Amino acid sequence: MKIKAPKDFWAGLMFIAIGVGFVVVAQNYNMGTALRMGPGYFPTVLGGLLAFLGLIIFGQSFAVKGEPLPTFKLRPVIIVLIGICLFGALIRTLGLIPAVLTLVLVSAVGHQAFRWQSTIVLAIGLAAFAVLVFYYGLGLPYKLYPGH
Amino acid sequence: MELFSNLALGIGVAFTLDNLLYCFVGVLLGTLIGVLPGLGPTATIAMLLPITFTLPPVAALIMLAGIYYGSQYGGSTTAILVNLPGEAASVVTAIDGYKLARQGRAGPALGIAAIGSFFAGCVATVVIGVFAPPLADLALKFGPAEYFSLMVLGLMAAVVLAHGPFVKALAMVVLGLLLGLVGTDVNSGVPRFNFDIPEIAEHIDFVVVAMGLFGIAEIVANLERSEKRDVAIAKVGRILPTKEDFVLCWPSVLRGTALGSVLGILPGGGSLLASFAAYTLEKKMATPPHKFGEGDIRGVAGPESANNAGAQTSFIPLLTLGIPSNSVMALMIGAMILKGIVPGPMVMTERPDLFWGMIASMWVGNLMLVVLNLPLIGIWIRLLTVPYRLLYPAILMFCCIGVYSINNTEFNVYLMALFGVLGYVCVKLECEPAPLILGFILGPMMEEYLRRAMLLSRGDPMVFIEKPISAAMLGIAVLLMLSIALPAIRSKRKEAFQEA
Repeated sequence: MKIKAPKDFWAGLMFIAIGVGFVVVAQNYNMGTALRMGPGYFPTVLGGLLAFLGLIIFGQSFAVKGEPLPTFKLRPVIIVLIGICLFGALIRTLGLIPAVLTLVLVSAVGHQAFRWQSTIVLAIGLAAFAVLVFYYGLGLPYKLYPGH
Repeated sequence: MELFSNLALGIGVAFTLDNLLYCFVGVLLGTLIGVLPGLGPTATIAMLLPITFTLPPVAALIMLAGIYYGSQYGGSTTAILVNLPGEAASVVTAIDGYKLARQGRAGPALGIAAIGSFFAGCVATVVIGVFAPPLADLALKFGPAEYFSLMVLGLMAAVVLAHGPFVKALAMVVLGLLLGLVGTDVNSGVPRFNFDIPEIAEHIDFVVVAMGLFGIAEIVANLERSEKRDVAIAKVGRILPTKEDFVLCWPSVLRGTALGSVLGILPGGGSLLASFAAYTLEKKMATPPHKFGEGDIRGVAGPESANNAGAQTSFIPLLTLGIPSNSVMALMIGAMILKGIVPGPMVMTERPDLFWGMIASMWVGNLMLVVLNLPLIGIWIRLLTVPYRLLYPAILMFCCIGVYSINNTEFNVYLMALFGVLGYVCVKLECEPAPLILGFILGPMMEEYLRRAMLLSRGDPMVFIEKPISAAMLGIAVLLMLSIALPAIRSKRKEAFQEA
């Protein structure tokens, strides 16, 4: 057996795993009957269907030739994710301004042509914009900076 | 005539100073973001949704509709000027539009796109006004069985008409349905799949899913590619098309409008299908001499008219049946639910101001697009030169503040990042994320209708086949599925999407 379509192989596995996962967790809920469906009924059916579709895709990957897996460049992905998570961690604790500054400064590093000067200007500009538009303009209730 | 009194009501709503302003801001923001490369209408709407949170429902929907066609027009502008279609529907516009720009005729191409879109928008507004009421009347007679079958048909059609591998698209729909079920079960009050996380005890917020799948995933994918965007921007020149252009184009505009209006109504249709079909039609129908692919202005006029007509008539299934026909409409449904409006046939009778106000505002919005875009094109072009390294941190900021503001919980920010990863992986594995969002919106509704139908039929699943309307819809869904299995049709479908 040789994998002819690696994209399908992995996509199939992913769908099987998620489908089975939903079916397993759904067993904690009452199934009910076809007449009176419990909370577990529809998720079990759908989870099974997803796993079945995943199996078809998985099976196809041995039969039909497909494209090779594309390269995953993990650096930008990870940097952007770190930026987003830092924003989440800071917005309530330190406030909107530090959160935006951190998000912009960190995530901008993910670009190949990253430059400090313009990024700092951008971060300050965006933070000012966010305060003006979201805090003053739309009146959303944020803490702006530590101790605000 | 009822149509006129209804439209008069709508115009009364749309022409209040506030709503005109929201429409204007929507169109302006939509164009602004749509012009930025790498951001399609779905991502644009997801990103700008939070700014409508504080608005009243009518104003919010008018603004979102404005953002939608604004972003489409913005997408066409970049397609013509720099060969970078901002969204899938303007891929075909780029074929001849960019060639025209290289020949120094960018101005007329942009002009005819605006004028064709405006004409198509006017016609589509009337089409909605005429066809929506009878369809809503019909939908009022639907029971739970019919609704369930309609949703099956809608999802199936969306999958068949989407591009990309069929089984994977189907799997993405089912995944969306499952994710839609996360949260409290309305019937029993049992919390499902939430692992005791209070933030998703009720349900996962669709804005989080949409921003993750479309916004974050797109940014990450763009960052992977090495930047090669210092493209020479063509000179625009005079914008008004010549008399010869008009004579050449008006049949294309008419054909595009007609085709787009019809295809927009279909589930899974909308602007994307409309513009591809219109380009193919133009190639077949246009009178010689043909210069398609080398800068034929009809290759811009037809698809641009069609995609605007399709964009608008795709509101028909949304407003009458409560069924989204594409991912943008799924976002609109989500926005309506956020505002406490249940999408469906009742909207027209219970909230006529909202229904007709929105329709009238589409016409106003289209007029604004023409008035706004022709003089502002210089600014849009300048925006194109903003480097991506400065652009994406700004987009990220909008996404983060947006999802945080839904409930003021940082959990949504983390969840968005997670959906960003899912979207990124899916795109890598050739799984389109658009069907997922459709399933996500319809998941809870489908379960509810299935339960009610089965309860009414005393547990007999034959009810879906015994009711004629339901049976017909399921029959069409099966036919659609079989049609994709036929090699001849499959290759045709592939061909249609590879036209570009």
